[in-house]
Order: sequence, then structure tokens, then C-alpha cells
Amino acid sequence: MPRMTMIEALRDAMDVMLSQDPRVLVFGEDVGYFGGVFRCTAGLQAKHGENRVFDTPINESAIVGMAVGMAAQGMRPCAEVQFADYVYPAYDQITQEAARLRHRSNGMFTCPLVVRMPTGGGIFGGQTHSQSPEALFTHVAGLKVVIPSTPHDAKGLLIAAIEDPDPVIFLEPKRLYNGPFYGDHSGKSVGWAQHPAGDVPEGHYSIDLGKADIRREGSDVTVLAYGTMVYVAEAAADKSGIDAEIIDLRSLLPLDLGTIKASVEKTGRCVVVHEATRTSGFGGELIAEVQEACFWHLKSPLQRVTGWDAPYPHATEWDYFPGPDRVIRALQKSMED
Amino acid sequence: MKLNFPHPPARPNETPDFSALDIPPAGALDVPALDIAAVDSRDYANGLIRVLNENGEAVGPWADYIADLDSEALLQGLRDMLRMRAVDKRMLNAQRQGKTSFYLQCTGEEAIGCGFQRQLAAGDMNFPTYRQQSLLIAADYPLESLMGQLYSNDLDPLEGRQLPIMHSSREHGFFSISGNLGTQYIQAVGWAMANALSDNGQIAAAWIGDGATASNDFHAALLTASVYRPPVILNIVNNQWAISTYTGVATGGSRTYAARARGYGIPALRVDGNDYLAVAAVSRWAVERTRAGHGPVAIEWFTYRVAAHSTSDDPSAYRPNDEAKAWPLGDPIERLKTHLVLRGDWSDDRHVQTEAEILDGVTAVQKEVEKHGTFVKPQPTSPSTIFKGVYADMPEHLRRQRQEMGY
Ligand SMILES: Cc1ncc(C[n+]2csc(CCOP(=O)(O)OP(=O)(O)O)c2C)c(N)n1
Ligand SMILES: [Mg+2]
Repeated sequence: MPRMTMIEALRDAMDVMLSQDPRVLVFGEDVGYFGGVFRCTAGLQAKHGENRVFDTPINESAIVGMAVGMAAQGMRPCAEVQFADYVYPAYDQITQEAARLRHRSNGMFTCPLVVRMPTGGGIFGGQTHSQSPEALFTHVAGLKVVIPSTPHDAKGLLIAAIEDPDPVIFLEPKRLYNGPFYGDHSGKSVGWAQHPAGDVPEGHYSIDLGKADIRREGSDVTVLAYGTMVYVAEAAADKSGIDAEIIDLRSLLPLDLGTIKASVEKTGRCVVVHEATRTSGFGGELIAEVQEACFWHLKSPLQRVTGWDAPYPHATEWDYFPGPDRVIRALQKSMED
Repeated sequence: MKLNFPHPPARPNETPDFSALDIPPAGALDVPALDIAAVDSRDYANGLIRVLNENGEAVGPWADYIADLDSEALLQGLRDMLRMRAVDKRMLNAQRQGKTSFYLQCTGEEAIGCGFQRQLAAGDMNFPTYRQQSLLIAADYPLESLMGQLYSNDLDPLEGRQLPIMHSSREHGFFSISGNLGTQYIQAVGWAMANALSDNGQIAAAWIGDGATASNDFHAALLTASVYRPPVILNIVNNQWAISTYTGVATGGSRTYAARARGYGIPALRVDGNDYLAVAAVSRWAVERTRAGHGPVAIEWFTYRVAAHSTSDDPSAYRPNDEAKAWPLGDPIERLKTHLVLRGDWSDDRHVQTEAEILDGVTAVQKEVEKHGTFVKPQPTSPSTIFKGVYADMPEHLRRQRQEMGY
């Protein structure tokens, strides 16, 4: 099985789908000839032609608006927004149009499209290259929201997203593009070549949207995480010696409540972790779901670790990023009672 | 049926080719009346205002229009551009040494910001993009602040919040730069409307790159400026590239960006952006017109992005390496220098000497600023600044979070 970076795995997913389904189209800013600023689509235009893979003007609203029209007329657009921080001009098209087309036309028109976008911080990108806007999409009925944490999952989930009959927001943790990240920026970075999750099967495979992955089994406390924070949680568990069960949600909407419930019923404790800001973040939703589903099994108050309620800073990035130490504090607090 | 996909004239390993560009001779267009209407600006929107000819002589009506710009003013322009280039050079170097996380040059485009800024008055406000650092240089923004932000040390006026190149200085007529393309363009219209409503005599200048003219906010700005006619100059810097994307992807079937603005009912001019005299002349005209209350005006500055998009970019992947050398409008510093030498105000020797002095001066400031820390040895401001200024008064939940952080 070939080892791939997350970038290569995503490219492979698009390549597979472009090859097998003539309805699939890939486009966005700098996506065509150049292959994307993160190189996710490199070589795809040369291989599949400009009718299938092309550059767009710098207008995110146009990118998604075109995708809505194409999808309604039978295509399977997989559009790229260069950074999640630049998706806002497209918010209208995503939330008011793509999300509701099926429902408002009673199924006469549908919108099978994917909007890919790099998300999260950790690259000294400042407030406009670091945001995690997942909650702005999970709040919208009609959308699916996916965020992989490994090359293997990235490929399988992207193929599933492209094949899905409804619009999917596909968030790519940019800090994981080239390797896992355990939250210590001064440490040596490891590439996906050194990690088993860099093993990516060839050809077509898909991972069901709405299925979480238990990344590590444990009995003390359940940690709910996604994207970059899955590795930060692993580092926290390793460092603290607390036997945490770490669940990588992979898909925020639909949410795999079954897996979450089974785990929290077992451990009786739960810590929710995300990089996005705290207030009205997806963590609040997770905590509410766990409380409703598992209240009588809980041994201690639910904890959450998130980014601070402030714009992502440039110079003090690592004071903002919720690193392993903050996760350890939450784990310890959860174990106190 | 076939879709149209615009292509640049040359890709890597091909010969640069600008033969399709229509470059009219210097001096061909005259100076319009200050109150020219959009319908009458067709020749300016489709043509190219140029003052310096191939020999370095200043010719035509626009040369006459700025005949009073004396040698000292032009030498000031030359020194501004040399300083700009020296800062770009030193900061690019600093980025390569890891002393700053990111840098972005404006090589080849120095004349535009330097020439424009010197025509503004105190109180006027630019709404720039990240590639208009030349406005700051010509506004005599302290290099200590500029470099302090690049190094994220305690001289950074924005206390480490923003990306190194996203400056902000109200005092120097430089609105806070946003990373989200296009947003500033419509804000400049609003600022100018406020100027008009308070009758303060000040004007606004919006800036945008050719690629970002695709944004909704660009079109919104042209429309609202055309409707309310506030005192705003709508600048479009057409440097032929938007990262890897050829400018044709943004122009589409429109002949020029200036023509697009004219289509919205705004008088528009297209100018050789590598010609300091043309920049100075048209900027002065536009400032005069706008301040006199004749409404908005759009200017397309025609130029070429010589350097990479940023330190994260490698243009050899999408355009010929020697394309900049083939750019038919030359280098703004060389062209102004040739003109000044021709006038008898300058010499090769003095140029070499001045260039070296300016570089030394910039390097000396750099050394001082580096004593306050760089990205290699950071002495950042307190992390608690993350919570400062989210609101005028810090709400309780942020106070709690700051405590949790340990401050
Ligand atoms: C809304 C938005 N979309 C995408 C980007 C990413 N981006 C940054 S610069 C750039 C190219 C801009 O090109 P242009 O407007 O021509 O300006 P230039 O860099 O040439 O000065 C892009 C696509 C962004 N910053 N904001
Ligand atoms: Mg450009």
C-alpha cells in the first residue's frame, strides 16, 4: 500500500473520481494549471483536461454559486476555497442555496457538491489563514460537515463526499497536510511517511459519512476530537498517563452519536476538544448531546478545551492554540471527582 | 459548444510574449477636464497614459501638467523608490533567515504607491492591499514600526496580532489591511461618503489587485461610488498575475479594468504604472478632481509583478522565469533615473552612491530593530494581548478566559 501525505491522498481521491465519473469537476483559485496553493490538485488539469479541472476568478461566492448551478444540472462539482477564512463571501450560496435546494424544490432540484477548504491554525497564518469555521456550517440544516485527520481517511471521506447526494463542507486541517501534529511546534515534525495512517489504498474506497473512529481505546475518560486536535489529545493522554479513549469524529454532521454514547457510558467521563473559538462552538453541541444521552452514566462534569474567544493571533499563536497542556488540565479535572 | 478558458501568453519554458499588448507612445493622450463624465473617458479607459518615452524624455500634455514638479520633487520620488526596494530586499533576506514568518515584495510596482502618496494631503486615507507598502514608505512611516511588525517584537504597533505585512497606520493615511481580498474597496466608498457628509475636505483612495477585481466587493464599490459620487479614487493595480492565475481570468471579455469601471458610470483612466511621471501626473489630477467634488474616478495602473507572489510562492511553476525582463514598460527606477540624468539633474555615479547610502541606512535601522528580537529569538508581547481590543470593554467571559490562560 502506498504511503501518502494528506495532500497526495486528497489529490488521489479527486483523481479517482475524475477518472471514473465524467460528471466530476474540480475548480477554484489557482487550482487548475498550478495545482492549488497547497498543491492538492497538482497534475490533475494536465491529466484530465481543462474542461474538468480549471482556474476560477477570485470570487468564492461565484465558485460556490457556479457549483450549485452545475450540481443542479447533473454535475458533481468538487470546488476548492483557498482558505476556510475566505469562504464567507460564499456563505450565502452555501447556507441559503446549496443547503436548501432539495427541500425547497421538493426534490425537483438537488445539490450534490463538495466545497473543500483548508482549516485551522498552526502555520503562523494570523487571523485570516487560521480559522476553524465548522460550527458556522453545522448550524445549517441541509449541509454535511466532514473533517479528516489522516491521509487514509481524507481519501475515503472525500470520495464519499463527492458521491454524496447532498452538499458537503469538507474541512482539511492544514497543519496535518504533511504529517501528524502533536501540538508542540518546537518539536521535530514527522511526516506521514513515518505514520501508519499514511497508508492509503489504491483506487476507489469510501468511508461512510457519519461514522466516527475510535483512535485509541481507554477506560478512564472519553475524548471527543477532530482534525488536528486528535493528535493533541493523543499527546495529552500519553503525557498524563490518563487512560483516555480518543474518538475522532471525522464527520460532525451527521454525528455518530452511537459510538460517542457507547464510549461515555463505559468511561463515565468526557472531554470535548476543538481549536475553534469557544462560545457557540461545536463543543457546546457535543456537550449537550452527551448530557442528554448519557446523563445517568456521568461521574464528573463535562469539560471542554477550545481556542480563546478572540481572533487568531500571529505572533502569540502558540498561546492561542489549545495545546496538550490545556487538554491535560481538562483530563485531570475530569478525573478529579 | 465549448467553454472559454483564458491562457497567459507564455508558460514555463516558453518564450515570454507581450506582443499582444497595445502600448501606445508616450504623450498621446491629453489631460481631460477635471469634471469629465464617464461617457467621455473612453479613450483614457482603453488607452494608456504615458509621459516618459523610450529615450527618457517627458513628453505630451501630461508632462506639461506637472511641469512645476521640480528636480527636488523628482529626486524625492527616486529616493522613495530606492528606499522601497532596499526595504523589500532586506526584508526578503530576513525572511530567508527565519527572522520573520512571511514577506511579500512590490518589485516593479514601486512608482505607483510612491508617486500616488506624494500627491495626497494629511487626513486623506488609503485603503490598501498587502502590496502597497510603497504608500507607507512615501508617507515616511517609521521603518522601526514597519520592521518591528515584521519581526513581531515590541516595536510592532499591532502587538503581534496581524501578519507581518498587514500594516495599519491611521496617522499615515493607511487603513488597517485585511487578508480577505476586496473588502477594503467598498469600505473606502463608505469612508469617502462620511467625508462628504462631514464636509472635511478629505478624500479616500481604494486599492485592489487585478485578480481581486473579481470579488463582489469590487463591483459593489463601483456601483455605490457611481450612485452616491463620494470623493474616492478607485485604484486598480493590474500587475498581470494573481498568484498563479493569469490576469485574463479576471478581465474576461472586458478590454481593460478601467473600461469595466467606466461601464459602471465612473470616469476611468489607464496609466503606465512603471512611469513615475505618469503616476505623479495622473495622481495629482485625480486628487484635484476628487477634492473639488467632481465625484469618484477609477485608475488602472498597468504594471508587472516582478517578484514571486510572496515568500510562499514559486512563480517558475507557472510563468517563464525571464518574463519580467521581457516586460515592455521597463523598470520604474531605471526609467526615472534615465530621465533625471537626461535633465542634467543626476548621474550614474550619484545614483550608485545614493543607492548604496539608502541601503546602508535601511540596514542600520534593521540592525537596531533586530535588537528588539526577531522570529528566531522572539521577545513577543504578552500573550494576554490576545484578549485586548476584542471589545472596547472586556466582557466577563473573556476576563475568565484570560485568567485561565494565566494572566
Ligand atoms: C477572499 C479571498 N480569497 C482568496 C484569497 C487568497 N489570495 C491572497 S492573494 C491572492 C491573489 C490576489 O491577486 P491580485 O488581486 O492580482 O493582487 P496581487 O497579489 O497581484 O497584488 C489570493 C487568491 C484571499 N486573500 N482572500
Ligand atoms: Mg495581480
